[in-house]
Amino acid sequence: MSKAAWYKLALTIAGWLVAAMFFYPIFWMAITAFKTEKGAYSPDIIFWPTLESFADVFARSDYFLFARNSILVSFGSTLLCFILAIPSAYRMAFYPTQKSQSTMLWMLSTKMMPAVGVLIPIYIIWQKLGLLDTITGLIIIYTLMNLPIAVWMSYTYFSEVPKGILEAGRIDGAGALKELWYLLRPMTMPGLSSTALLLIILAWNEAFWSINLSSAKAAPLTVFIASYSSPEGLFWAKLSAASLLAVAPIMVMGWLTQKQLVRGLTFGAVK
Amino acid sequence: MSVQTPTPALAEYQAPILKIDPAEKWRRLLMWPSVVPLLLWMIVPLAFTIYFSFIRYNLLNPANTGFAGFQNYQFLWGDASFGPAVLNTLIFIGAVLIITVVAGILLAVLYDQDFPGKNVAMLLVIAPFFVMPTVSALIWKNMIMHPVYGSIALFLQKLGLPAIDWFADLPLLSVIIIVSWEWIPFSFLILVTAIKSLDQEQKEAAAIDGAGPFTLFRYIVLPHLEKAIGVVVMIEMIFLLSIFAEIYTTTGGGPGNATTTLAYLVYALGLQQFDAGIASAGGILAVVLANIVSIFLVRMLAKNLKQGV
Repeated sequence: MSKAAWYKLALTIAGWLVAAMFFYPIFWMAITAFKTEKGAYSPDIIFWPTLESFADVFARSDYFLFARNSILVSFGSTLLCFILAIPSAYRMAFYPTQKSQSTMLWMLSTKMMPAVGVLIPIYIIWQKLGLLDTITGLIIIYTLMNLPIAVWMSYTYFSEVPKGILEAGRIDGAGALKELWYLLRPMTMPGLSSTALLLIILAWNEAFWSINLSSAKAAPLTVFIASYSSPEGLFWAKLSAASLLAVAPIMVMGWLTQKQLVRGLTFGAVK
Repeated sequence: MSVQTPTPALAEYQAPILKIDPAEKWRRLLMWPSVVPLLLWMIVPLAFTIYFSFIRYNLLNPANTGFAGFQNYQFLWGDASFGPAVLNTLIFIGAVLIITVVAGILLAVLYDQDFPGKNVAMLLVIAPFFVMPTVSALIWKNMIMHPVYGSIALFLQKLGLPAIDWFADLPLLSVIIIVSWEWIPFSFLILVTAIKSLDQEQKEAAAIDGAGPFTLFRYIVLPHLEKAIGVVVMIEMIFLLSIFAEIYTTTGGGPGNATTTLAYLVYALGLQQFDAGIASAGGILAVVLANIVSIFLVRMLAKNLKQGV
């Protein structure tokens, strides 16, 4: 074999070995979920798969309530984010003023506030308003948390729309709403939907506010999994089954939105 | 997919119709739905944190009120866990930053090259980023780092090495490993995106001039990544300051104060010991720390915006 071919072989092995190492904990969790509680401690990879642990998780906990809460909170906050973000993004992309630029930077700067800096007042205000342990309470927090990203991303996708198309539409007499629906919606849909996926992922996996602001009624899956801390964490098969159910759908979403992720997470500084 | 894509700058969109358009009055209203909530979000909670940090405020003892001056800050300073918490926060953030950036660069160089199945391998590397923190923490603690049955213990046993009781003997390192595993994919994803925008011709020209792989990396790749590395460091710092779930589910800040960070201390003081005043003083410290970082980040983003988004 030539030197180049050896290099390629080494590269392939290294690339896959590193990938396997990073993925190993997730892989291990995924197969342990299909083991019996007795078999879970053995390092076997070949075994007779069973759904016993999943059945146990469903039977012993209110799994569907937590899953429902996760879905409501992440989808609800994402929807609300877009309702609030689209008008401003439209305004700044198509009718910018001198202030638009600094407004956007200011919005991003609200993300720089560490959550722990406002934990105490938020907890107390939520308590006074009766928002502790409610879906609404979490949706409000997650909307505020993700709103700057939603404005920023919508803005960048809007400003990529060629200006000539809108002008043509205006000459044909399309009003602002028609313009938004018939021209902008189809053109920006791919970008906006991956933005939506990103916001859903961020809200789904958020654990600081969910642990501190919800307990039983409105607790999403992050809080449910936290309840396995100890000593239930020693029931590997059940911990794995519950975790797999909580993680799998969002991971698929993450893989789908991989390309837009960088743009959204770095506020467009790297794309 | 470049770090600086030249797109038209904001100023170009200033349509001439703007001056005569009566609709402009209404368009201003379009900003309100996002500006008003964010303005409240920025001002109200922080104002309360500052206020609480200067009054006596215990959630269990509402009778004890009044202005406290700097007492809360003094109490915090004198608290036995404060020193360790600040130190732990610095060690934790520093270590995670170094690990994630170095690993991110190495991975970016590795996956910038082509090999069979590269795209699938990359999906596996970024997967940890999508795992919720509570799951990552518990899977690592119970299944990977378990001193007897954990994967690492079994592996070390095969090599004939003694097992490590991770969370008893090396608690802070254990948390650092878990959080690094979650955040390496983030830095990798950003750095691999940045590295792809490097001019291939420039690399080839350097190679023809006789630059070895290390020279190439040192003088061409690394300077090109500088800005992206800056972005990774700053964004991670903001998130790492509030890392909480991983500590809450694995160690609860212990043993002793070994894994108590500033974020965990604020939680413990405020929501476990119910002293809102002292906890708020801790929160203010975190805000000050984050602000120092964010000034740099916002300045850099502003530069970007001026060059065109």
